[in-house]
Amino acid sequence: MKLDAKIPEGPIAEKWQKHKDKINLVNPANKRLIDVIVVGTGLAGGSASATLAELGYNVKAFCYQDSPRRAHSIAAQGGINAAKNYQGDGDSPYRLFYDTVKGGDYRSREANVYRLAEVSANIIDQCVAQGVPFARDYGGLLDNRSFGGVLVSRTFYAKGQTGQQLLLGAYSAMNRQIARGKIEMFNRHEMLDVVIVDGKARGIIARNMVTGEIQRHSAHAVVIASGGYGNVYFLSTNAMGSNATAAWKIHKKGAFFANPCFTQIHPTCIPRSGDYQSKLTLMSESLRNDGRIWVPKNMDDVMAIREGRKKPTDLAEEDRDYYLERRYPAFGNLVPRDVASRAAKERCDAGYGVNATGEAVYLDFAAAIERYGKEQCKIHNISNPSKAEILSRGEKVVESKYGNLFQMYEKITADNPYKTPMMIYPATHYTMGGIWVDYNLMTTIEGCYAIGEANFSDHGANRLGASALMQGLADGYFVLPYTIGDYLSHDIRTGAIPTDTKEFDEAEKAVKERIEFFINNSGSHSVDYFHKKLGKIMWDKVGMARNEKGLNEAIEEIAELRAQFWKEVKVTGKANEINPELEKAGRVADFLELGELFARDALERNESCGGHFREESVELDGEQKGEAKRDDKNYAYVAAWEYKSESAKDSVLHKEELEFKDIELKQRSYK
Amino acid sequence: MSNMNLTLKIWRQNGPDDKGKMVEYKVSDISEHMSFLEMMDVLNEQLIAKGEDPVAFDHDCREGICGMCSMFINGEAHGPDRAITTCQLHMRTFNDGDTIYIEPWRAKAFPVIKDLMVDRSAFDRIQHAGGYISVNTSGNTQDANALPIAKAAADEAMDAATCIGCGACVATCKNSSAMLFVGAKVSQYALLPQGQVEAAERVKNMVEQMDLEGFGNCTNTGACEVECPKGISLENIARMNRELFKSMVAG
Repeated sequence: MKLDAKIPEGPIAEKWQKHKDKINLVNPANKRLIDVIVVGTGLAGGSASATLAELGYNVKAFCYQDSPRRAHSIAAQGGINAAKNYQGDGDSPYRLFYDTVKGGDYRSREANVYRLAEVSANIIDQCVAQGVPFARDYGGLLDNRSFGGVLVSRTFYAKGQTGQQLLLGAYSAMNRQIARGKIEMFNRHEMLDVVIVDGKARGIIARNMVTGEIQRHSAHAVVIASGGYGNVYFLSTNAMGSNATAAWKIHKKGAFFANPCFTQIHPTCIPRSGDYQSKLTLMSESLRNDGRIWVPKNMDDVMAIREGRKKPTDLAEEDRDYYLERRYPAFGNLVPRDVASRAAKERCDAGYGVNATGEAVYLDFAAAIERYGKEQCKIHNISNPSKAEILSRGEKVVESKYGNLFQMYEKITADNPYKTPMMIYPATHYTMGGIWVDYNLMTTIEGCYAIGEANFSDHGANRLGASALMQGLADGYFVLPYTIGDYLSHDIRTGAIPTDTKEFDEAEKAVKERIEFFINNSGSHSVDYFHKKLGKIMWDKVGMARNEKGLNEAIEEIAELRAQFWKEVKVTGKANEINPELEKAGRVADFLELGELFARDALERNESCGGHFREESVELDGEQKGEAKRDDKNYAYVAAWEYKSESAKDSVLHKEELEFKDIELKQRSYK
Repeated sequence: MSNMNLTLKIWRQNGPDDKGKMVEYKVSDISEHMSFLEMMDVLNEQLIAKGEDPVAFDHDCREGICGMCSMFINGEAHGPDRAITTCQLHMRTFNDGDTIYIEPWRAKAFPVIKDLMVDRSAFDRIQHAGGYISVNTSGNTQDANALPIAKAAADEAMDAATCIGCGACVATCKNSSAMLFVGAKVSQYALLPQGQVEAAERVKNMVEQMDLEGFGNCTNTGACEVECPKGISLENIARMNRELFKSMVAG
């Protein structure tokens, strides 16, 4: 099968409008005859459900949580980018497009990214109209902040809870349609398979997580908006329930999976404190505006700190290694996420980690507090202020900027970050890879779409801050609802899809058999036992730095672990009741296949780009010595994998060559 | 501090029709750095190893924002600490040898599904009744800066909008009232110009649905505000009452 991205002809700035002008439409009366299933109710799924229902389609929406409002988009902190140019600092759709392609290390599809930048401004208009309380200035106009990797202020925000406010906006739009009966909402339901009829996605098999009932749902199209697969690492900033099952099920039935090895490890998260750890908590990227990252210069001090004989504040300036400022004088502490994460790992691997596990570095606000304090004293005409006066005033400024984050940190660690540096370490955060989609967001299964983090399309090998919210809402509000009409226009005479067919029979039977297997397996280890083992393999060998030997080992070890899982997994409880262990078992079974494909993809891509760092592919000399080396000659493609068996060794690689007509390929330099 | 040994008394109820009872468990070697839910994970691993049914509880983001976790710990919604959810509660709040009582949210409108999980769909139905602004998501709205909004109003709307819908207010209230939850949503829109058009209908419909769901009335005790993990202010209830009054006067 040849991949066709279906990118419209013409200049990049005109592609989307021309495409919309030409595609088929469904008349309003006929939309009432068409059903669409949406799996997932985060920013992408929630906004898509609402818009499709407004247009007149009958939507069935599914989420595993007890309400659509709880999808993990809610946890996004910092903001949402949009090329509004309200600050008059030279922003434009082209600049947003350029920054996103460059930030993604030139591994995303130009046409999709341009469209994203183009519709970004509409998102802000839409959300304000919905009553989203964005931050405003004293003149009553919208405020902006700046994020890593860009030179303009284009990030809109609602305190440190931008994801929450945008999701509640999409949720409110859904509620309006649920009230009208245009969205039928299935809370506490999990999709366990997709049903394909004559090559087209025509429905899903879902489990009611309260009663255990296995249900058949039919539709004319199926939209997967189930988020990313970061929990393959067990520990991540994802929610506990975040999973790849919906995405993996469609992959197994024909949807290609693209660039699984492109995963974002976020540099500023609260470090692991012990083996019982269930998840990791992100500290917003915005902290790097004022925090300085360091470890001790001398090993003696490292040991003294670990043993509690010294405190970080005891160390003199000359005994500290501000390694980002040392290595990247131009960008300093504000290098992109992938660079900052690798630098922290490098120091900790060399033995300079500052906590008991050896996996933590300091993020220090002392210099910022002093700087702001002095400034405040000057503003208030205090001559010869005491040190205490300066610090007290400086802490107030820092509190006004990051108060909620400092409070969150203190609640988790019991350390006061105003008085002692924070300890941070990188953690898995976001997956740029995902289901391959064409320009219309359709997967390689006809009538099956993937939107938001679940698809691969817009962020290349590294995502810039505040771009995930933008993509989720762009896909859901402004892209999918139009492109899907082109496909559905051929279904106006189809009528409701029956569920009493052999395709539904077979899919349901397979789902039920798997559940029965888990319940009756009576093995010796819990699901988490296997999930933690998988996570450790992934983190150690397919984590921040990867090499051929480690990746080959990972592929073997994951295959062995998978075999052991199917023999020894133990699931308590029954099939026809609430059973969190059963839910987890199904998800981990899929992660055990995905993890292997992830490692294989990382092995095939022998270049370093964005979040994917191959130790074999580094600059050997010159100013960039030791930095990641991209290989555009051999790897400027999207790796789209076709499923053949549970072993990723059988998966077939299809390449979508990337063309860069509007942007010149360059090495990223932050020196 | 060394690790703790604890006695847990947990509400076990096998479905909405089961009577339910408190059951005692022991956990040992609990680190002070664990979150409360990680302590519950330890207990559940222990139960699974013994072939017993693990304790069912709701949880998801484990960073205090999704609103899924919902435990009544030692008589307080989300436990003894303030301005946090159960998932942000850490074991250093407790001492070696403590006995901890863990119960579900208890309210007529929140029936128990199993153990510590309750059905909060009543909250969703109140939102369906009017928790939105009737604007289509076509993208053809006016420019976001066409209508300036005073910073103070926007900030106050944001404070109300930070409600995570966890239900701690209902669980805490002696009347099982949902007025802090409903007041927060009504206030968010009442404070913004976009919310004015439908203000009267919205507040009437949401309050009517709230009453239909079987939530109690507000008697101004203020316990909800104390236990709210996001510090939603009682002023929102007052504002909702004003809005309701206005809507009635307006007819």
